[in-house]
Amino acid sequence: MAKSDVKVKVLGTWSSPFVMRARIALNIKSVNYEFLQERLWEGKSELLLKSNPVHRKVPVLIHGDKSICESLIIVQYINEVWSFAPSILPSDPHERATSRFWAPYLDEKWFPSLRTIGVAQGEDARKAAIAQVEEGLLLLEEAFGKCSKGKPFFGGDQIGYLDIAFGCFLGWLRVTEKMSGMKLLSISKTPSLLKWADRFCSDIAVKDVMPETEKLAEFAKMIMAKMRGAAPPK
Amino acid sequence: MSEEVKVFGTLGSPMSCRVELALKLKGVQYEYIEEDVHKNKSPLLLKYNPVHKKIPVLLHNGKPIAESLVILEYIEETWKGNPILPEDPYEKAMARFWARFLDEKCLPALWNAAWSPENEREKAVEEACDCLKTLESTLKGKRFFGGDTVGLVDIAAIFIGFWLRVLQEATGQELLSAEKFPDLVKWTDEFVSCSVVKESLPPRERLWAFFKARVAGAMDAQTNASK
Repeated sequence: MAKSDVKVKVLGTWSSPFVMRARIALNIKSVNYEFLQERLWEGKSELLLKSNPVHRKVPVLIHGDKSICESLIIVQYINEVWSFAPSILPSDPHERATSRFWAPYLDEKWFPSLRTIGVAQGEDARKAAIAQVEEGLLLLEEAFGKCSKGKPFFGGDQIGYLDIAFGCFLGWLRVTEKMSGMKLLSISKTPSLLKWADRFCSDIAVKDVMPETEKLAEFAKMIMAKMRGAAPPK
Repeated sequence: MSEEVKVFGTLGSPMSCRVELALKLKGVQYEYIEEDVHKNKSPLLLKYNPVHKKIPVLLHNGKPIAESLVILEYIEETWKGNPILPEDPYEKAMARFWARFLDEKCLPALWNAAWSPENEREKAVEEACDCLKTLESTLKGKRFFGGDTVGLVDIAAIFIGFWLRVLQEATGQELLSAEKFPDLVKWTDEFVSCSVVKESLPPRERLWAFFKARVAGAMDAQTNASK
């Protein structure tokens, strides 16, 4: 059966940066897919529980009868199944390792700190979170210089693995900037990342799946209100 | 072509051991450099892993790679003999999935269950056993997680293969029991009896002594806390 005959579905939510990673990768490869939206606050669907029994999380990529879980594992799977150009990972093993290295840092340290800024209990916790985020951005500014080698993206001429791994968080970064009144990406401290962010968000593989900051900010307020048990704003 | 391969590691670290095992499986010659991570990290380590300042670090022809699972993939892509990942993209994705499961859920749960205070122990043990149960179900009677040969998941699970048994003896708490997890226990025996694995493991007595000292330290702390 030709690859094009096998159905591709992404199980996810419009607001999740992790889900976005899978969709961007499919877009880069021009693969048609069906986007099945989970309404996670109403309870997880049977399909989700069946296709990701271990973690019960989105995204899940359903390719024919196979389910693949974990956003960056999905991205690599997409790159390997639809192995024609453009490649999402660099061809050089050391450059691949560098791209892969940043993923756990982003997922386990940087993004959790970004999320904490909005919900931190107490000024100390908030300041610590901001410091972690800013430190990470400086590290990534430096990494951008090394990885891009003067080209527009971490991946070079085109969006690659690290662009996807990091760029998916830009929506939430902009929401955090808006709600806190802070500038996290700036011309003075992170000039390359500032320009990269605009290029990434307007790229054809990204722009239709990157949520608008306003919509995401409203969504964030709704979640925070729900968490506090208050009635959501209309 | 002569190439320079160095591993910065710590004796007794399962992460460090993963890297050495993968290199040995591929027949790659390397120089091992012991790091004193608790008291005195070398300037080289700080230079090669400035973000996390942790071992293991692989240095290949002057280029550093950090994070053990990232290093394993690098080794796989650089030295093609004795592959540790399957060719099929789906099987490869599953191997990566289980390796991540080990690092994100399973190993932290096991560690937590061994060292958690009395009042949290029951819940911690339950979580650890849930993880072991999930792993047991993926083995499905295979000789190794990788099938007939040692693969990425087996290497990633080296803590369970060797460290866990020693830890259980030192703490007197059995998590990996043969009656609850027969396939996993069988796997630990198979895995540890491979000659290349045996060569990569730290001396058992040293590991046991390290854990015993930690148990004593934890008991002292508890005694002092209740005075």
